[in-house]
Amino acid sequence: MIALFFRDLKLSVRAGGGAMIGVLFFMTVVSVIPFGVGPDLNLLARIGPAILWIGALLAALLGLDRLFQAEREDGSLDLLLMQETPLLLTVFVKCTAHWAATGLPLVVASPFLGLFMNMDELAIGATMLTLLAGTPAITFIGAVGAAVAVALPRGGLLVSILVLPLAIPVLIFGVSAVYAAVEDPAPFLPPFMILMAITLFFAVIGPVAAAAALRHSAD
Amino acid sequence: MMRLLVEVLSARRGEDLIFHDISFALSAGEALVVTGPNGSGKSTLLRVLAGLLQAESGRVSLEDGPSGFEHPHELSHYLGHRNAMKRELTVEENLSFWRHFLGNSPGGSGIDLAAAAAAVGLAGITHLPFGYLSAGQQRRMAMAKLLVAYRPIWILDEPTAALDAGADRLFAGLVTSHLARGGIVIAATHQSLGIGQAKTLQMTGFAH
Repeated sequence: MIALFFRDLKLSVRAGGGAMIGVLFFMTVVSVIPFGVGPDLNLLARIGPAILWIGALLAALLGLDRLFQAEREDGSLDLLLMQETPLLLTVFVKCTAHWAATGLPLVVASPFLGLFMNMDELAIGATMLTLLAGTPAITFIGAVGAAVAVALPRGGLLVSILVLPLAIPVLIFGVSAVYAAVEDPAPFLPPFMILMAITLFFAVIGPVAAAAALRHSAD
Repeated sequence: MMRLLVEVLSARRGEDLIFHDISFALSAGEALVVTGPNGSGKSTLLRVLAGLLQAESGRVSLEDGPSGFEHPHELSHYLGHRNAMKRELTVEENLSFWRHFLGNSPGGSGIDLAAAAAAVGLAGITHLPFGYLSAGQQRRMAMAKLLVAYRPIWILDEPTAALDAGADRLFAGLVTSHLARGGIVIAATHQSLGIGQAKTLQMTGFAH
């Protein structure tokens, strides 16, 4: 299982891997916002956390369709399916590797992009923390979509559309936790706890559903 | 003595049964060669045996096998049409991954990477990315995958496609030594595999 984790990590940083694509997309989305909105610093600071979250959500969805499709194309998926190791464990490990390669860089990049949006330290810190807690949920939700669309040759956009409704709660509670941290009366902890609960919930449900979908995709 | 039992197996491709009522038994050290024209259901049969397709009826079971395994496919290597190797990784990284991920089945152990590469006649190029190799070399390296982790049952779908005559002989040697160690081999092929005695199963295609 550790071997699988490191193989997937290696694959995503080699040529053709998706690790940097997500961060570049995230950067592109966030860096054009100030040009579009104009130099109203207060407005930028106010919408900053939301923009960062939307950018991160879209960037995290970007490479998800390849999660199982690449395995299927070269026949590796057959061997992953045949083993004694429970398939949901294999799926879980693949998800964590995918998150480490594409989700974690988004979290690391978010403070720098926060500067573009004229956010203060507290808002940047809160955004980083909520992204750290929330992006794994997006990966686990996306794994289900990726498993359902594994046999479709142009499944990319379909995966994003399939999983978007499920990813909306992550976005809502992520953004509201950041605003709660910045604005005084609202408490930070309740939305943040719900965000973590969503992540834990999908960390269990996601691999189970994805494994079931992969079992039935065989042909 | 381990025995692989297949009883009245049938499978569907679309609406029709592509084969039905196939039964055979293979003891340790025996091989089965599945022959038949294109589209006669050879690959489907092998995928059913590998647990990748649902059988319509019948069952596949293992007699006197190691305990703790529910299905024979957990004790099987499957070499399909695709090589299950990543083009971006080096041959060594590919083989090392499968060696650790697959692990050994009870009753044997895989040989190390260099020895496996030497056994398929490609020692010394394991540092190259898999994508740089020719089609024949890629196929040979996919066979090396069978050697790095031990599995008593080998399920091989047209193993010698894209191989030259020398590789054919080399592969026959690998299969023969696997059988000599008490393994079971099921292979679908158009050419003869060049292994001594093997049971044969002739597939005929859709049963109407």
